[in-house]
Amino acid sequence: MASTVIPANQAPKLNYLNNGHSLKSWLLTTDHKRIALLYLISVSIFFFLGGFFAMLIRLELLTPEGDLLQADTYNKVFTMHGMIMVFFFLIPVVPAVLGNFLVPLMVGAKDLAFPRINLLSWYLYIAGGVLFLHCMLSGGVDTGWTFYTPYSTVGSNTHVVEAGLAVFLAGFSSIFTGLNFIVTVHRMRAPGLTWDRLPLFIWANYATALIMILGTPVVAITIVLVAVERVFHLGIFDPRLGGDPLLFQHLFWFYSHPAVYIMILPSMGVISELITCFSRKRVFGYKFVALSSIAIAVIGFLVWAHHMFVAGISLYAAMIFSFLTFFVGVPSAVKVFNWTATLYKGSITYATPMLYAFGFIGLFTIGGLTGLFLATLGIDVHVTDTYFVVAHFHYVMVGGVLMGYLGGMHFWWPKITGRMYPEGWAKLSALLVFVGFNLTFFPQFILGYVGMPRRYWQYPPEFQVLNVLSTAGSSVLAVGYLLPMIYLLWSLRYGPMAGDNPWNAAGLEWKTTSPPPTFNFDETPVVTWEAYNYDEIPDKELEAPVAR
Amino acid sequence: MEHEAHNPALLHHFADAQQQKNAASLGMWLFLVTEIMFFGGMFCAYLIYRLAHFNAFAAGSQQLNVWMGGINTAVLIVSSVTVVLAVKAAEAGKRKMLVGYLVVTVLLGLTFLVIKGFEYSEKFEKHHVPGATFNFTDKFDDNGKQIPVNPKEAELFFSLYFAMTGMHALHMVIGCGLFSVLAVLAWKGHYTPGYFTPIENGGLYWHLVDIIWIYLFPLLYLISRHS
Repeated sequence: MASTVIPANQAPKLNYLNNGHSLKSWLLTTDHKRIALLYLISVSIFFFLGGFFAMLIRLELLTPEGDLLQADTYNKVFTMHGMIMVFFFLIPVVPAVLGNFLVPLMVGAKDLAFPRINLLSWYLYIAGGVLFLHCMLSGGVDTGWTFYTPYSTVGSNTHVVEAGLAVFLAGFSSIFTGLNFIVTVHRMRAPGLTWDRLPLFIWANYATALIMILGTPVVAITIVLVAVERVFHLGIFDPRLGGDPLLFQHLFWFYSHPAVYIMILPSMGVISELITCFSRKRVFGYKFVALSSIAIAVIGFLVWAHHMFVAGISLYAAMIFSFLTFFVGVPSAVKVFNWTATLYKGSITYATPMLYAFGFIGLFTIGGLTGLFLATLGIDVHVTDTYFVVAHFHYVMVGGVLMGYLGGMHFWWPKITGRMYPEGWAKLSALLVFVGFNLTFFPQFILGYVGMPRRYWQYPPEFQVLNVLSTAGSSVLAVGYLLPMIYLLWSLRYGPMAGDNPWNAAGLEWKTTSPPPTFNFDETPVVTWEAYNYDEIPDKELEAPVAR
Repeated sequence: MEHEAHNPALLHHFADAQQQKNAASLGMWLFLVTEIMFFGGMFCAYLIYRLAHFNAFAAGSQQLNVWMGGINTAVLIVSSVTVVLAVKAAEAGKRKMLVGYLVVTVLLGLTFLVIKGFEYSEKFEKHHVPGATFNFTDKFDDNGKQIPVNPKEAELFFSLYFAMTGMHALHMVIGCGLFSVLAVLAWKGHYTPGYFTPIENGGLYWHLVDIIWIYLFPLLYLISRHS
């Protein structure tokens, strides 16, 4: 489509990609765009590794008997799947790849505030990742991704300390990313770019960064205490020594519930960008959407004990946390309603990123509403630790985060690489992802509701039909995820040149060249317009590259 | 702003030195917030267990050496003063004075660590280190009345004591290393009245580590003693 945009591009302009080709120029780079690509490669590796474990789980559950894996192996497999996907994929994926690339571009800065700390973040992530791979290859962990005590401290004989240290390092990587984002948004905005002109992606990443720096240190110290307890046989969480395992759960979920918002908020920011661009409208209720991100970050810190309704907390505490959990649904609903209101009377086009945005809205709504089921004490007691919970959080984590990530990847791919992806293949894969996802996880709602517990390697035969559906769906989903991997790589060489602004989109990142030069803008932009001023951008068919 | 254009310390992606300084300060303050949350987890655990096992925690607390803890508190407060004086000296461009105060700060930090080391070794001698050799007997109040103490709960007190003071000591070690580097760079003349952000930010870190001790000392050593 956009292949017509670029006339014979004279000698290729110096950009961040061709500014230095040596390995050193990548591994020691402080350019946020290159670091984003380093993250892109490393989180993709972990995604396919986590996906491999997911397929093992689904294959084991194809039949009621425990035939492919033994019980112990199965425990390790779902633990590896969970830890890799949560700590090494979902938490960094949107902030560290798209956020790293786009935050400085969107605020009109030359780089993040602390470029070297940004590189350090990536190395911490890699150190954690390598340690985790070593842990995996030398036998793995079987505690579940939650490290629950006392099993993780006195029960398990697997490599808990090593996995904990890996997560600790990855955690510090995300703390430094968050710190960088906050300082960049506060101190590095271009002249005229006031807070109420910031793109909603920035607001979302800002809110995410707040959670990263306030929540992650708590899980870090919690994991240190687990490791210390395991190594020195202290009794901090061990009831036989006067400790209390509930305290572990409180400390763990104080971070790990907000961590859900670390994952979903940046994707929500992506969706705001996509919906406005492909309906050619200013977002409905800008201030509400912006502040709902902050509200989610704040209220998200007050709901953690809804993971512990059956763990023995007091009924009064449970009721308060139940109420607060309903309350955190309000800002999420604000977003969904405002996106749909933005669509109203928009000139909607169905490019691939928009398909992912629609997918996000549908799947996130199901994930969010079933979250309200789980916030209801009576229902939660019934479905705790069943596949209903598994289906719920996969609708939010995979249906939400991954849809937003893939939508954003397709949307900004021309900016990142200067090339367009093949639209037909992309639409096909968006369809496969949507169908495969629902086929995989919708049956799990039913399975959980009728009583199939999570984390077992075998099950009664009457659950088999739904499990076969789920496994079949996961194969479709796997194809849907492999396709972009292939055609995006293909497009690096054969994709048509994209031009600076193939979507005719608002936002500072589209006002520089594709791919952007190392310092992003030839001269510092001055912002005199509101965000998403699509009524001022002529709605023409992707023409004339902006002369620079 | 013209003279700042030649500032060798100004990094390319900042518009001017003021923006760079503001960014660095905000970044440091945010880092201190993460440190507070990091220690917050342990403070939270300590307070909950102190309420749950009050007698054992009071008895454990009485076994701590208030004198050593008190002297260490004084050492740290004085070191915070020398840090402030170092920042003042940097602002005034007095290089030798700056180096002097930085070195004194490091020495005070090391003094703290040495005293802490003596305290830890005392714990080993009294078998108050959690683990196989831990031993804690019942305590008697001022009137000679026996207060039964569950040794497991006392062990929990000492577990938290070592976790919290150990993590604090680790931060002191990092602080001493950081200030040694700052002292060397200051000696080489890296810092001018126009650019001494690392001294300021290092100072912020040092003050935070001091403040954490200011909370640790009463919580661990003082408040349970006369119950």
